[in-house]
Amino acid sequence: MYLKKNIATSESGFIFNPSSGDSYNVNPVAAEILQQLKQGTALAAIKENILKDYEVEPMRLEQDLEDFMNQLKEANLLEN
Amino acid sequence: MKKMLYESPSIQKLNGGMMNKFGTRTEYEPVKQIDGVAVQTMMAQYGSPLFVLSERTIRRNYQNAVRAFKTRYPKVQFAWSYKTNYLNAVCKIFHQEGSWAEVVSGFEYRKAIGNGVPGNKIIFNGPEKTNEELELAVNNGSLIHIDHFDELYQLIILSDQLNKKPRVAIRVNMDTGIYPMWDRFGFNYENGQAFSALSKIVASGKMELIGLHCHIGTFMLSTDAYATAVKKLGDLAWKCKTQLNTSIQYIDLGGGFPSANTLRGSFLPGTDNVPSVDEFAEAITNGLLQLGFGADELPLLILESGRVLIDDAGYLLASVIANKRLSDGRRATILDAGVNLLFTSFWYDHKISPAQDFTQHSEDMVLYGPLCMNIDVIRQSINLPILNRGDKVVVHKVGAYNMTQWMQFIQMRPNVILIDEQGQTHLVRAAENLQYVEQPERMPEHLKPIDL
Ligand SMILES: Cc1ncc(COP(=O)(O)O)c(C=O)c1O
Repeated sequence: MYLKKNIATSESGFIFNPSSGDSYNVNPVAAEILQQLKQGTALAAIKENILKDYEVEPMRLEQDLEDFMNQLKEANLLEN
Repeated sequence: MKKMLYESPSIQKLNGGMMNKFGTRTEYEPVKQIDGVAVQTMMAQYGSPLFVLSERTIRRNYQNAVRAFKTRYPKVQFAWSYKTNYLNAVCKIFHQEGSWAEVVSGFEYRKAIGNGVPGNKIIFNGPEKTNEELELAVNNGSLIHIDHFDELYQLIILSDQLNKKPRVAIRVNMDTGIYPMWDRFGFNYENGQAFSALSKIVASGKMELIGLHCHIGTFMLSTDAYATAVKKLGDLAWKCKTQLNTSIQYIDLGGGFPSANTLRGSFLPGTDNVPSVDEFAEAITNGLLQLGFGADELPLLILESGRVLIDDAGYLLASVIANKRLSDGRRATILDAGVNLLFTSFWYDHKISPAQDFTQHSEDMVLYGPLCMNIDVIRQSINLPILNRGDKVVVHKVGAYNMTQWMQFIQMRPNVILIDEQGQTHLVRAAENLQYVEQPERMPEHLKPIDL
């Protein structure tokens, strides 16, 4: 799963989709995930990285990642 | 290296430009302590959910209200509205401060007696007073506020039987420009019913008519309505004096001053649009001083304020059980405190604060309670930082009516603690248990055996 190529992300958590004109605001953990997705990092590796950097239980992160990817899909930000 | 604070990843579409990013944010600061006591510590010691009452705030509110009236009018007496919160510890704080008791049932009446309130400082309101309860009140010299003609005649008969003169007032209902008009309690002013009741009381010779009472509504946002009420009760007091040769010793204006809560559906937060106690005091005392009574015959002003004195002294602490996504994509957060504990969430958009640090990112969400019932919604829509399972929240301004209208429904009622003025916590009502709830139940013999 990859982020669409043309999606603009900023480190401050501002996301812009030029094809729809929609903009989004994300929180720091989401911004981190998006950065890594954009660089083409695989989901499993992203999970490892987040676990390493943040104070979070693996079960919890897994649940959250699933929810977040669903949100990205709903927002039409993912490459099919 | 210390790991960073985690918060569930979240993405939110920005509608209408950047405005939305900051526009609807309701909470900027976590609330980590109440009166200097850490929320986490209280919850660790007393469990979750947990009601917390601030003695300091109760006393401050009371003293402020007394000051507002006494600096404007010489004779003022407050009577604590028991139904607003009748935990004995709460009642005792008000009684220590000098407040009488205002009760609306035999149960509340006995509570007041149990709290040590002298009978002649108990105001007995309400549409139902049994013969037995009235007898107790008459013998104690309590102030009996008559609600309807049936009660008036009931008292005439009782006074004969007891050979005592009950001390009475009537409750008056009237048009004060407030809709809906509360005309189900007491005798109507405009159609002459109130004066007719007063005439009957005096003509009977069986009772001592000493006061006039009204309670024009609750969460009143208009000071004018009270000015109108004062005028109308004042008119009745004059008529009692001139036509019935009876001087009215007190005018009781009931309760009704709003707390700083936000009514559901209102655009402005309560803190921005409710008049202060001083503004009500100004309208009421101006009205009283203009009634034309001489300085020596000014009636005592009685107030039965409830919610304004205690709402902001009460907090409900709760924990996050779970987060989920609804079919339309909205976030839903489930708390361990529901409408069974928070009756007022039907009326108010309660302010809710996280009790721990959070990032500046927030989301619109629904807050549900733990009940397996569709009605269990604490906030239909609230913008909050993302809450993790186990996080704590503080629900504000829950001191009025919740600790009396709460239900033992699906869940039991939790601990209630009081923080005293020195910052010590005291358990004032222990969490219920199964034994407590089942204690009044009886099992018919034939239902005892089961064989599954
Ligand atoms: C007779 C009477 N007095 C006082 C009160 C207290 O009202 P509030 O909490 O609005 O001040 C009530 C509440 O309904 C009431 O019925």
